[in-house]
Amino acid sequence: MSDKKRLDLEYSTHDSDKMRINVGPQHPSTHGVLRLEVEVDGEIVSEVIPHMGYLHRSFEKVCESMTYPQIIPYIDRIDYISAMNNEWPYVMALEKMMDIKVPEKVEYIRVIAAELNRIANHQIAVATFGMDAGAFTPFLYFFRDREYILWIFEKLSGARLLYNYFRVGGVSGDIYPTFKEECLDVIKKVRKTNAEVMDLLIYNRIFIQRTAKIGILPADVALSYACSGPVFRGSGVKYDLRKDETYSIYNRFDFDIPVGKGEVGVLGDCWDRNIVRMHEMEQSCKIIEQALAQMPMEGDVTAAFPKKIRPPKGEIYMRAEGPKGDLGFYIVSNGSDKPERVKARGTSFVNLSVIPEISKGYMFADLILILGSIDIVLGEVDR
Amino acid sequence: MLPNEIYNNLKSEFGDAVIEYNDTQPIDPFITVSTDKLFDICHTLRDNEEYLFDYLMSLSGMDLGENVGVVYHLYSMKYKHKLVLKVSAPKAEPKVPSVEMIWRTADWHEREAFDLMGVIFEGHHNMIRILCPYDWDGHPLRKDYKVPEIYHGMKVS
Amino acid sequence: MGLLNRLDDPYEGGGILMGTVEDLLNWGRSKSDYYLHFGLACCAIEFMAMNASHFDFMRFGTIPRTSPRQADFIMITGTVTFKMADRIKILYEQMAEPKYVISVGSCSNCGGPYFEHGYHVLKGVDRIIPVDVYIPGCPPRPEAFHEGMIQLQKKINEQSIFNKRKKLKAELKKNNSISK
Repeated sequence: MSDKKRLDLEYSTHDSDKMRINVGPQHPSTHGVLRLEVEVDGEIVSEVIPHMGYLHRSFEKVCESMTYPQIIPYIDRIDYISAMNNEWPYVMALEKMMDIKVPEKVEYIRVIAAELNRIANHQIAVATFGMDAGAFTPFLYFFRDREYILWIFEKLSGARLLYNYFRVGGVSGDIYPTFKEECLDVIKKVRKTNAEVMDLLIYNRIFIQRTAKIGILPADVALSYACSGPVFRGSGVKYDLRKDETYSIYNRFDFDIPVGKGEVGVLGDCWDRNIVRMHEMEQSCKIIEQALAQMPMEGDVTAAFPKKIRPPKGEIYMRAEGPKGDLGFYIVSNGSDKPERVKARGTSFVNLSVIPEISKGYMFADLILILGSIDIVLGEVDR
Repeated sequence: MLPNEIYNNLKSEFGDAVIEYNDTQPIDPFITVSTDKLFDICHTLRDNEEYLFDYLMSLSGMDLGENVGVVYHLYSMKYKHKLVLKVSAPKAEPKVPSVEMIWRTADWHEREAFDLMGVIFEGHHNMIRILCPYDWDGHPLRKDYKVPEIYHGMKVS
Repeated sequence: MGLLNRLDDPYEGGGILMGTVEDLLNWGRSKSDYYLHFGLACCAIEFMAMNASHFDFMRFGTIPRTSPRQADFIMITGTVTFKMADRIKILYEQMAEPKYVISVGSCSNCGGPYFEHGYHVLKGVDRIIPVDVYIPGCPPRPEAFHEGMIQLQKKINEQSIFNKRKKLKAELKKNNSISK
């Protein structure tokens, strides 16, 4: 009996409390196929190493063998939740290189489509964030409303999720006769559901206790990591490409940029990023109403299509404000009808790089919420 | 500040390391610099009061035939001006200094440029692949890349 | 010949159904399949929309399970890359028999839009695991998902579990793995 070693004495001198856990590619809460290698000390996270590439679909290599219009469906699939916002910087870049001016009606249609898609994206973001925190009902409410938006897109472009709608010089098809009434109807429904969810989820005491004061991202760290979108604005920085580097016709609309204020916790925590998304949905509704009122009803949306898309030899970097942040395209053209190099600067790729920094010291269950509040989509991370 | 003004200032400060300024092609003009003073130039661009380029928008690898290049797109939050920097290195020795200490976002961008284009960034703390599997062969975005036949028992094409 | 088909000719005075035990088992199995919670790419978003209230996938009796040990079938929704293919194989092997695979979308059916130039895309998930039902589309409509599920239910209804056990037992006896 006496020669049996006292294991508790031996173990207490070892630093053997840390454990490596694999939050593997198949996991209900990682929003896709992302692998997180987490080192935990009991319940407290001490290190997070993300491994990605499980959805690397070789987008940039494919682009070098396709003509410019053939690339547009591939661009849809980068951020598959908000495909309209993806296509916009790409076609804007080519229009700038080829010096094409699009008709007024096309600009308005583009703005309305992009803002509707922004609402749809934020609905998924808040719904899945609520599911991560344990609330299932907002998921059902938001997906019900998202269906109305998808029906509008289906009548407009032919597809529910991946549209292939924008073209260089215009859009592929004109709006249908009842477009205006249906958009206004959808906005009414979205506002009603948002008011319900604010009461039910966002200002709910349990939700606040779970999401406030975790995942705090200071503004200077966010700047150094080049974050953008609600992640950056949740830290209090009022930076939005629609106002700071106005493109298209956004200077004709009157809207606000919501920023996080640290209302119920610390500035830059998960709750702030969430409330920024909720307020942005309301601002998008305002923009759509103004655009519908100002839009000219006459005009041919295919009038400015070029005969052949062959940009001159040169390069351009163009970015636009997508729902997750600024999505940029770097296009190098060699004068032929196929690009030399297309690089997609994925918003979620850059936003995800901040996770190892902001999740140290929190509990394991909070790590899932922090990941959910960054709102990544793996198509953008891996391309 | 306009890019050619920045070019003139940098030329007077760093001399031969700032190679050329090209604005003949549409749309974006760019400044080509050499790799040996890249870190100092980037440090000046971020900290100097006149430039304040504190936001690295994008870092991409390029295949230029005999060389590999890296393109930096910079942006300043305060002055709202942009700049494009380019460096290049021969394919036989594709070494470029790393700027991850200046802009923390360069960390993952450089790993991606290494993975897909084969540019080795000196001074990076963790130069391993990020998108392709860790035992993948070759650098896929190069123009002379040959797709392998079999990977882990699965037919590739 | 499913159990419910026999409702059309009840025995004599009504209220009695004659059928085989296999029919009863298949009816129970096909109407309460549990799927593995596994979403890869764009098709997974349509899958989430299908689970929501407009299309309501749960009325087929399906519930998401998070562990492959507890799941009956797996839906491969999205592009399968080589890095992920190894893991899918491991997941498939962890599932217990009887198990089924539904391949959703063009990418997992045949490689999809990345068929020609994608160096990292597996051209069809049936190169590594056997697939029972293919659902075409990019992404497929939720109604297409329903059709795929109904096809899977039809397939399960026509299977014979006892024959399979007999075959497996004969194989094991041949390899001398069991004493009898």
